[in-house]
Amino acid sequence: MASELEITRRGVLAGGAATAAMATTNPARAQMTNQTTPPPTVPVTLDVNGTSHTLNLDTRTSLLDALREHIKLTGTKKGCDQGQCGACTVLVDGKRINSCLTLAVMQQGKRIQTVEGLGTPDSLHPMQAAFVKHDGYQCGYCTPGQICSAVAVIAEIRAGIPSHVTPDLTAKPQLADAEIRERMSGNICRCGAYSNIVEAITEVAGAKA
Amino acid sequence: MKPFTYERADSPAAAAAAAARNPGSRFIAGGTNLLDLMKLQIETPPHLVDVTGLKLDRIDKTDDGGLRIGALVRNTDLAADDRVRRDYGVLSRALLAGASGQLRNMATTAGNLLQRTRCPYFYDTNMPCNKRTPGSGCSAIGGYSRQLAVVGSSGSCIATHPSDMAVAMRALDAMVETVRSDGSTRTIPIADFHRLPGETPHIDTNLAPAELITAVTLPKPLGGKHIYKKVRDRASYAFALISVAAVIGKDGKGRVTIGGVAHKPWRVDAADAQLPQGAKATAQALFADAKPTKDNAYKIPLVERTLGVVLAQAGAKS
Repeated sequence: MASELEITRRGVLAGGAATAAMATTNPARAQMTNQTTPPPTVPVTLDVNGTSHTLNLDTRTSLLDALREHIKLTGTKKGCDQGQCGACTVLVDGKRINSCLTLAVMQQGKRIQTVEGLGTPDSLHPMQAAFVKHDGYQCGYCTPGQICSAVAVIAEIRAGIPSHVTPDLTAKPQLADAEIRERMSGNICRCGAYSNIVEAITEVAGAKA
Repeated sequence: MKPFTYERADSPAAAAAAAARNPGSRFIAGGTNLLDLMKLQIETPPHLVDVTGLKLDRIDKTDDGGLRIGALVRNTDLAADDRVRRDYGVLSRALLAGASGQLRNMATTAGNLLQRTRCPYFYDTNMPCNKRTPGSGCSAIGGYSRQLAVVGSSGSCIATHPSDMAVAMRALDAMVETVRSDGSTRTIPIADFHRLPGETPHIDTNLAPAELITAVTLPKPLGGKHIYKKVRDRASYAFALISVAAVIGKDGKGRVTIGGVAHKPWRVDAADAQLPQGAKATAQALFADAKPTKDNAYKIPLVERTLGVVLAQAGAKS
């Protein structure tokens, strides 16, 4: 049925979101349309997954909205849009950040990596494969953020960056269960797949469960 | 979010001058607090000055054996610095107890000091709040105050400062270096940096308009046991209900600063002097002038008990 009509789940969702946006009576949006002067825009060049994108953006555009709405990379998810849930986690110059809490214009010249840049359906990143193997999700909404965060967590432990649960600040942190749990606390999973997520990360890290 | 214009500054003095030219503007670096507040229209700057290109991201030794931490050093990098881990453990521990890995990768040293309160009424634009809208009243007094201040508060505001890092900085007697729009510089002791609310709770710090933090300096290492103990509603990624930053010597003497209880990191000289007598005497001196609400009075015995744990961990009389 779906193939006959050539609609995709993504298309339906995008169409639905657009309809919802038009139907809202958000005062901020109404105010914007009544303004005689358009909001300030800036030219921005973003390096995302090795591809350069030149955009002209409203200064207010977050990196998250630039990725999803302008570059059409919808793997990165918008959850809370205030830095509490971690669904929007991406890697910038190899470090994980909340893409909802930074302006796109501030990320010019940085190397941005999203879940689409980690692996592809035909060639999964080891962390993506481990999440599938260990069932590290139910609904999957937080998963791209979890995976980006997990990749960075292993790098942070290997780089010797301590955490709240590291017993000795002057020693190298270990790839232990408690370390992984503490470091992943900025990624919320409403379905509660945490134990399987830890198993997936532990396997990729090559540590004992 | 309200529309704003944006510029990148190329020197600290130029950043301060740019801010002075644009009344109501804000500096932006990590953005983790500012952008959140802008989305909610609690902050509505018409202009942002991006300071991330100012190269204030180094940690250097000072002439007197301390450390100068650039304003733009990220929280992750400060916590992970070998010298900080070895000589200022209370600071590493405080940083690592705060926020999430993602946020610590973004948040800067200066921005952490400038965090705004997490009082729920400050965030709720439907409610009066003297900090958000001066003169509108305080909804927290007589409202939901479980997380709010027990000491140093006023009839206008019972907000707390949310930072963990600043609590450790206060225990270490850090100094805040700044530049103003005329290019002049000054150094503000951390004790004088944050304000008590008084009748003007909308002013968090003693920075002048358009004044930019360039660095935070730490004195030469103090020695002693460095401990940061944070008590919160969940084990990770939550603001403190209370926290204790302590540096305790072998003789039981030392210094202690409390987070989550006041509009600024709370340190009292008379309480430091009581440390060798144990947690009860120290807590009494810390909270001699406390005015808790019925919902947050629990913080006072909680601090005393946490101090007991900290002193025992330091091997001192608890």
